[in-house]
Amino acid sequence: MEDKLIIAGREFNSRFILGSGKFDLDLINAAVKNAGAEIITLAVRRVNSFTGNILDHIPEGVTLLPNTSGARNAEEAVKIAKLAREAGCGDFIKIEVIHDSKYLLPDNYETAKACEMLAKDGFIPMPYMYPDLYAARDMKNAGAAAVMPLAAPIGSNQGLSTKQFIRILIEEIDLPIIVDAGIGKPSQACEAMEMGASAIMANTAIATAGNIVQMAEAFKNAIIAGRLAYLAGTGRVLDKASASSPLTGFIAD
Amino acid sequence: MAKINGEDFNEVITIGEYLKKKGYTAARVAVMVNGEILSKNEYDCTKIQPDDEVEIVGFVGGG
Repeated sequence: MEDKLIIAGREFNSRFILGSGKFDLDLINAAVKNAGAEIITLAVRRVNSFTGNILDHIPEGVTLLPNTSGARNAEEAVKIAKLAREAGCGDFIKIEVIHDSKYLLPDNYETAKACEMLAKDGFIPMPYMYPDLYAARDMKNAGAAAVMPLAAPIGSNQGLSTKQFIRILIEEIDLPIIVDAGIGKPSQACEAMEMGASAIMANTAIATAGNIVQMAEAFKNAIIAGRLAYLAGTGRVLDKASASSPLTGFIAD
Repeated sequence: MAKINGEDFNEVITIGEYLKKKGYTAARVAVMVNGEILSKNEYDCTKIQPDDEVEIVGFVGGG
């Protein structure tokens, strides 16, 4: 059965979006391959010509998803998105608007404004957001191609702390729901996928793992397992036992 | 004195010449002069003026 992740009409086989931050450049290629990732996020910053270019380390055919990190309001996010497009990154943009340096929580209001401006300018906006139902509706109305609710603060590896609110978005918002930020372990990625998330975005959990390339593969497998479980439909939960073996035909003493 | 990515610069050359001189690949960067984004076809006809604030940006690892 074909089971593709579709974002703005683009089809992806992988449901694992890999972040490229905090990596040794030499490990990115192997991490992307072992993750089976078809989308990778990048940041836009001042560059000099002497350090290695991250684009040289990303396998061919992987879709680049630049973020607007560093933006503190909608206008700055739009400017960063336009710079990313001018630097040859295509139209996908992960909108990130943050002006809290302690918890790095996104400003949903400014994010929705940026989403509207960028959608009108031909971008494919994927807003990183706090999982709030009304804000998610605003993002959709503003032209979001997917929403990226956070599981926990960026880089914290705390896991799926907003689980019940992400569940509401999965039920109510007719867009791909990509759980982004805070996922620390493959089991947490699997849990989000089991409840119907469309994809997982992870970075720090892999970049800070003991063996980065192995952890990329562990996440890949967990996300596949969670997706399959969601499609299969998980079994029911009972208060009491229900024998798995027949209760007839016991062997006589 | 112009500033390029925060560093002083005082030659009168074009953006295109500057990128070439420094070894940048023009296709992989974006250039902003005084807050305005330049399109690639403007690089060779835009001279860096004294007092210009030039930003050259590109992609780095990020989540």
